[in-house]
Amino acid sequence: MHFNFHKTSHAAKSLLIAGVMLSIIMGDSYAQSIPSVRLKDLTGSTIDTGTLENEGNPIVICFWATWCSPCKRELNNYMDYYGDWQDETGVKIVAVSIDDTRSINRVSPYVMSSGWEFDILLDPAGDFKRAMQVVNVPHTFLYNGDGELVWSHNNYAEGDEEELYEELIKLEN
Amino acid sequence: MKHFIAFFTFGMLVGGVVKSQEINPGVVSGNISVLFQSYEEDSLIGAVVPPGKSGLNAYSNLIYTQGNFSAGLRYESYLNSVLGFPGRFKGSGIGYRYARWSDREVGVDVTVGNFYETFGRGYLFRSYEARDLGLDNAMDGVRILLNPIEGVAVKMIYGKQRLDFDSELINGDGIVRGIDAEVNLNDLIPGLADAKLRITPSYSFVSRFQEGGNIVKDTLILELPKNVAGWEYGATVHYGMWKGGVHLTKKINDPSADNGYIYKDGEALMGYLTGNIKDFSFLLQRSITDNMSFRSDRDLLLFDTPINNIPSTTKNHTYNLAATLYPYATVINGESSFRGELYYNLKRGSKLGGKYGTKMNLVFSTSYSLDTINLSGVEGIVNGYQRNSWGFGDSLNVQDISFEIERKFSKNFKAKAMYMNLQFNTLATPVTTDFKGIVFADIFVLETQIKTAKRQSLRTEFQALFTEQDKGDWATAVVEYTWSPHWFASIIDQYNFGNPDEAKRVHYLYGSAGYINGPHRLSIGYGKRREGIFCVGGVCRAVPASSGLELTFTSSF
Repeated sequence: MHFNFHKTSHAAKSLLIAGVMLSIIMGDSYAQSIPSVRLKDLTGSTIDTGTLENEGNPIVICFWATWCSPCKRELNNYMDYYGDWQDETGVKIVAVSIDDTRSINRVSPYVMSSGWEFDILLDPAGDFKRAMQVVNVPHTFLYNGDGELVWSHNNYAEGDEEELYEELIKLEN
Repeated sequence: MKHFIAFFTFGMLVGGVVKSQEINPGVVSGNISVLFQSYEEDSLIGAVVPPGKSGLNAYSNLIYTQGNFSAGLRYESYLNSVLGFPGRFKGSGIGYRYARWSDREVGVDVTVGNFYETFGRGYLFRSYEARDLGLDNAMDGVRILLNPIEGVAVKMIYGKQRLDFDSELINGDGIVRGIDAEVNLNDLIPGLADAKLRITPSYSFVSRFQEGGNIVKDTLILELPKNVAGWEYGATVHYGMWKGGVHLTKKINDPSADNGYIYKDGEALMGYLTGNIKDFSFLLQRSITDNMSFRSDRDLLLFDTPINNIPSTTKNHTYNLAATLYPYATVINGESSFRGELYYNLKRGSKLGGKYGTKMNLVFSTSYSLDTINLSGVEGIVNGYQRNSWGFGDSLNVQDISFEIERKFSKNFKAKAMYMNLQFNTLATPVTTDFKGIVFADIFVLETQIKTAKRQSLRTEFQALFTEQDKGDWATAVVEYTWSPHWFASIIDQYNFGNPDEAKRVHYLYGSAGYINGPHRLSIGYGKRREGIFCVGGVCRAVPASSGLELTFTSSF
């Protein structure tokens, strides 16, 4: 079969537009669930992200890295409220480190010294990051008790935790 | 191929929708990332204006998933690429595409087309994208992941690697084949699943095929090997939150442009230990790499088709002056390095820790040349040199010591201070042409953050770098204001106040502002961008100084 190479970009553009439109059309009826990628946690156990669940309570997934200052500010601030949030909404926070081979060994000592009680997953090859369409960190996702994506935010500024808390409360009602 | 996948994906999309309502038509997810820069003349900072006067890099990823099937692609545009990016990336088209079938129950996952993958710590095989650096060595071929029984993970890869982009993906010359097997003994052996001690041995093998030929060195005619093999033994041990690991990598018979076409074996040994004792946690890491550059085309250099990746031993600094003036890159032909990190947390409510606690950390990293002796005669021509030990050589590449302390004083105020002492050999990592030798620098940073009102905060950074060498002393000030959850504005000024050449004591002032709405982020910036160096896995790329407007947009859906 022969293809005209000059038409490449037209085909691709229409594909992009189609994809975007379809995702909008289907957005309501088929919410995105957590994609399945096999990652390790800090104890060396393998976790399939597609099986992440929290007994019908919400799950927050935060992408971060040891070299990302806003990410660490975000998670340290969440830690201040985590106990209260868990009592009120049953939420579980999963912090996914995208530290690669250069800095992956720093994750465990940093987490231990920071006293984080989140579930930590390691994504050194960026497989989960790509599956979740994360462009840059921090990027935070909120899934409801049925595992459907209901909110996401790509950035962190002081006070954003209040917006997340409001979203969590909305799920309660 | 790319048309096939594009049309196939498209067909699946349409097909999925027109199917009956009862069947899940699948889900499309994606992201968009756009970077636009316009350039102005600025003779003071030596800003470059390319002929097109502006640059645009744009990317969009789409993934379509239906049950166990997924397909994805990345559309890329370089019109023309922004300054500092590999200039030969040109045009618009599909630079990455694949179809994948994955069944978790059966434990089989097959990808045809492009994929990224890493074996172990990447010393033997790492295919990845570092977009900021313009590095992308994506594989193009077949990947099979198998989990035949609980606790056993096998990866098989076969394909070519991305080399270039000119309105379409251009792959390099060689073919890369490999297998990696990892056995989690605790999951494999009944009764050990919940044990505190977890042991995971691994083994990888990678081979490259490239057409050979002969090479003339001095009076010798040597045959270039068509097939080059490398392998790695690894083991990771967890004991609760303690973790240690060792990786031994070997590669044989790989004369290349990197090593001056010598036939000496390549070797790498890396070991590390992390753990905690009371309130201290630590990391110790030692690595030696010798002649481990490995590419799918032996004649290429720098960012082109690396098969593996030797990570840098130094910390990934985040403060501007510490991160961008003297970034260390692995010396790819060989180095002996060490890293130690210590973290200590003064607890909340303790006398010294204050109401919210105080965090401290100390990082020491260093890298030296290898302990080697040059060979002479025919041995010298063929093998180049011999390594005497696994120890350190005489020549310092880098030594980086940094201490950081962070404290939250009240609900509305926190501060962080850092001191860093740096010795940096510009002959080992050529980040500057102004000075050859060791740069001795002291860097001081103070960062504060004040909550000014509900959901508003002001963050400032003051940084100073003092050195007698190279471009002399620098200062940086950053002021950033945020209105959560939507808006931010910031100003950064970098001032080379100690440059020995008075005409070069220049301010690099840059302002930016942005709007964030959920997963969408738009920012606009204007000002002078200092020339910079980006380094990865042994190579550095210089970004020239420029002045002008910058727009970025990222979104995911």
